[in-house]
Amino acid sequence: MRRSLFRKNLVTALLLAPATLWLVVFLVLPFVAIAVFSVGERAPEGGYQAALTFAQYANLPARATAFWNTMVLAPAGALACLLVAYPVAYYLALRAPQRWRLILLALIVIPFWTSLLMRTYAWMYILGGRGIPALLAYVGIEDLRLINTPGAVLLGIVYGYLPLMILPIYVSLERLDRRLLEASADLGATPLSTFLGVTLRLSLPGVMTGFSLVMILLLGEYLIPTLLGGGKVFFIGNALVDLFLQSRNWPFGSAIAITLVLVSVVVLIVANRISTRLSGARRVDLI
Amino acid sequence: MRAFVVAVFVFLYLPIALVVLFSFNAGHHASEFTGFSVQWYGKALSNPFLVEALKNSLFIATTSALLAALCGTAAALGLQRVGVRTRALFDALLGAAIVVPGVVIGISTLVALVQLFAVVNPFLASLWPTDQPPRLSLGYGSIIAAHGLFSMALVTMIVGTRLSSLDRNLVEASSDLYATPLTTFRSIVLPQIMPAVIAGFLLAFTFSFDDFIIAFFVAGAQTTLPIYVFASIRRGVTPEINAIATIVLCASVLLVLLAQWQLGRRKPSP
Repeated sequence: MRRSLFRKNLVTALLLAPATLWLVVFLVLPFVAIAVFSVGERAPEGGYQAALTFAQYANLPARATAFWNTMVLAPAGALACLLVAYPVAYYLALRAPQRWRLILLALIVIPFWTSLLMRTYAWMYILGGRGIPALLAYVGIEDLRLINTPGAVLLGIVYGYLPLMILPIYVSLERLDRRLLEASADLGATPLSTFLGVTLRLSLPGVMTGFSLVMILLLGEYLIPTLLGGGKVFFIGNALVDLFLQSRNWPFGSAIAITLVLVSVVVLIVANRISTRLSGARRVDLI
Repeated sequence: MRAFVVAVFVFLYLPIALVVLFSFNAGHHASEFTGFSVQWYGKALSNPFLVEALKNSLFIATTSALLAALCGTAAALGLQRVGVRTRALFDALLGAAIVVPGVVIGISTLVALVQLFAVVNPFLASLWPTDQPPRLSLGYGSIIAAHGLFSMALVTMIVGTRLSSLDRNLVEASSDLYATPLTTFRSIVLPQIMPAVIAGFLLAFTFSFDDFIIAFFVAGAQTTLPIYVFASIRRGVTPEINAIATIVLCASVLLVLLAQWQLGRRKPSP
């Protein structure tokens, strides 16, 4: 009996060993490393010098623009994404003919699995001098600059993250009990109040999932602001690349990275709270 | 509403159509269409740097996805056998591996490895008998490990979900009929989780193949396809890049369809 228990534990340990090793060496240790770096000092030639100081954190306002841009454009991008995604998810879940549904859904997902780099590059062309501005010049609108503006970054965000927003909303709408819609209409609700009181309300968990997912990923975005913001609209990700690969101020970069992770955690917790409250409220309403 | 949905689909596919269109451009620039030609496909496949980057990406994606599928599946199986606390700890770490932004994974891995190499390399050199000791450095290994972290967490979650919906009665029936644990695993558990494992592998592969930001930090002197494409966007893109992108696009659509098919496939219960 004892031996077989020992054997069972051994097998469990062996099964978990590679994953544990991986998580410790490539997740926990790196995180500890940047936490240590973030309270250190920059060596004169770049890199790290041991110290215990919060000077790096006190210096965070030096990169305030990057934080500001990220904290404004990430929620704005997620919101814009939501406004485009909701009608699409609604159509797919409730209006599209049954046999088209899966095909349309696949068509939403496919762009997501092709290189974001190339697709964003295509937008550089469309928004750049030979794209839309050239077309507009034909009809007399001259000197319109689209690329390297916050608008271009926002467009790139909507483009890149749309599928991620559509899917969770689709799932929550698809599960919706259609009889509730009929009941609402039978009880004399207008289509608008049925939508607001039943459809929108019941799809809120999906909306929250999509919104927080996109928002979290946007906080660490680098490619879209780099390619479509062209150095004028930069995110925290751009500040990190600059500090680690160009100016080699690793301690300051580490402090920014730690701050970014903390912001992500706070966003996740808040999103979780809101979701729980939404689904809690729903349960009470249904009884 | 239908018009809006059609407009969104146009929005989604317009850039992809442009990328494909310009891969057939006769001219030298990816910005001015001057005529139809397939010359850039030939040029792309005979550009040694581009082919090298493509090969590196394929090698890294295959290796990291394989390792992730193996370790992730093992971890998902192991997690079925541990207590609530260990499980919660693992779930938190796996969740972190998925949620922490790629840019942070990239820099923290870079920082940790550079420090580690600074300690290990002199140590190796002092032990090594000849003048040319092996030097650990950033490269294939670090990209594979950093990509594999995310992928492994992904596989563990996908396979874990599948395992939790597994019919326990079959496992019990099998051991009641005197099958050894290994036989039960091979003939009952493995066939049922295989679609999830394969889907996880394919998702891991596409993630690694497409990732730019993590590789950008930990690639050292190596070049992956996204790094090459990023560098050439900076220099000015020739339709070569469009040609490679079109080839990759077709291949990844195929892969994704395969993944969907695997995930959707339900083995009939015996």
